[in-house]
Amino acid sequence: MSSSNWLEKILPAVRRPQETRKTNIPEGLWRKCPRCDGVMYKPELDRNLDVCPKCDHHMRIGARKRLKMFLDDGSLTEIGANLAPVDRLKFKDSKKYKDRLAAAQKDTEENDALIAMKGRLKGEDVVAVAFEFNFMGGSMGSVVGERFVRAVNVCLEHNLPLICFAASGGARMQEALFSLMQMAKTSAALEKMRQAGLPFISVLTDPVYGGVSASLAMLGDVNVAEPNALIGFAGPRVIEQTVRQKLPEGFQRSEFLLEHGAIDMIVSRHDMRDTLHRVLANMLAWPLDMNESD
Amino acid sequence: MNPNFLEFEQPIAELEAKIEELRLVGSGSEVNISEEVGKLQEKSISLTESIFKNLSSWQISQLSRHPRRPYMLDYIKRIFADFDELHGDRAFADDPAIVGGVTRLDDQPVMVIGHQKGREVKEKVRRNFGMPKPEGYRKALRLMEMAERFKMPILTFIDTPGAFPGIDAEERGQSEAIARNLRVMSQLKIPIIATVIGEGGSGGALAIGVCDHLQMLEFSTYSVISPEGCASILWRSADKAPDAAEAMGLTAGRLHELGIVDQVIKEPLGGAHRDYDMAADAIRKSFVKQLGILKAMDTEALLERRYERLMSYGNFTTESADS
Repeated sequence: MSSSNWLEKILPAVRRPQETRKTNIPEGLWRKCPRCDGVMYKPELDRNLDVCPKCDHHMRIGARKRLKMFLDDGSLTEIGANLAPVDRLKFKDSKKYKDRLAAAQKDTEENDALIAMKGRLKGEDVVAVAFEFNFMGGSMGSVVGERFVRAVNVCLEHNLPLICFAASGGARMQEALFSLMQMAKTSAALEKMRQAGLPFISVLTDPVYGGVSASLAMLGDVNVAEPNALIGFAGPRVIEQTVRQKLPEGFQRSEFLLEHGAIDMIVSRHDMRDTLHRVLANMLAWPLDMNESD
Repeated sequence: MNPNFLEFEQPIAELEAKIEELRLVGSGSEVNISEEVGKLQEKSISLTESIFKNLSSWQISQLSRHPRRPYMLDYIKRIFADFDELHGDRAFADDPAIVGGVTRLDDQPVMVIGHQKGREVKEKVRRNFGMPKPEGYRKALRLMEMAERFKMPILTFIDTPGAFPGIDAEERGQSEAIARNLRVMSQLKIPIIATVIGEGGSGGALAIGVCDHLQMLEFSTYSVISPEGCASILWRSADKAPDAAEAMGLTAGRLHELGIVDQVIKEPLGGAHRDYDMAADAIRKSFVKQLGILKAMDTEALLERRYERLMSYGNFTTESADS
């Protein structure tokens, strides 16, 4: 895969909102796998959890879909849904931040880039949060930080584990230093989890970069990645420009991170519920799950 | 053009050169030129005052990276006595882009940690332009945890373009190194004061910047991304860096207005590089005052206050109906 492809994978929502919309919300019943170009029947793809049946490519999925897929049916209550972003800095680049927010909200039907839910995982109460990558590249602004903290607070209050599905280009530049401070805010909240003896499982999905990678996403007691996800601090293009060197094959992929000791395991989307339940059951001495495997 | 002066400083540089010239001529002749020199010096001061009164965010960004700007070690030797540098992360290497060690502020033992840039080409390369690798952050963490054990307050000096974006840094877990510092610093049981002395470049700066008191030198900056980086992503052209600098509000003054920064430390006229001693003295005075306040707090109150500060960062509304 060429480096320009890598780049497209990392920041599409920030750079090319038009194109992203086209690829992520296809019209009709057929969808093309971005990796193997195989054409798939959409209902079949849905049944396969948006994993390409031909090449096992884990496609990006929306936050709400992710949480529904992960938590038990009918168990979900949302946390911090009333929080909405504001443009304190009156930030304007080629577009106003206010307009970017409005467009992202219309596009995704979410009001910011993180969704938090209390729910059950195979009958056990948990809190799970997921980044919405289609909302300004899953970038972390004030609402993302605050929702994450509120999810932690629910965990602290009810003694629950936290699971986070990260998919983010990093900090939200339009919120400038307030965005940077969300890194410290979310990390501090995770230290409280630690002190309370509550597990945090961080699931890294394609892609996780910058300020999200360098804060909450790398702080799991157990760090898990979906196969072949791109995960790093700096984007490949920035690194190439800085070191003027060709990047090694498979650089910043899940498998690379596993090899270098940054993550505990790579888990297929199909096995996510079973595996995380098993890991948490051991950490929290939950009764063993005898019957189910879905 | 004098390369040691920024573009907007050139009129001052020219005037200073004229004064110097006049002095040289004067010393060789009978003519008394001291009156003339005095007049020019007054003019130079008022010119500097007028130029520095209304600097743009971009001009301040340039000042924060001024080639003559004092770096961490310049301040260390002026503020503290007997600094002993401590090296290495005990796992991989010593990172010269971060300097740390033990010293005293008057009678108070303190741990000092900061980014260090190099002055000359060779030294710049050795210090990696002040861009730390994971081992730098891990050394910083080791020293901070040591400071906690020995009840030494931590004083950090922030001056980096950012954490190093390199292949080796990624391989050794740059993200994790930064993230861990953020997490651990939030609960270290000793006062932490962070001082931005030059560039506060993103996560690479914050990784030694979680604190009880955040102060910035007047012409330093602190931002989520460099103006050039922001411009090339949002404006698709690095030439728009001045616009990006303005939009992000990355100057000490603006960040103080926004309530993120606790204190702006005034620099000598024309910037810290015009008078290292005076700049160091201003930082020192602030350390003495703030440490006095923070040391008087009991540990639990200190940590609660730090946590509340962290939780207060951000702007949002809670308008709509549910949850």
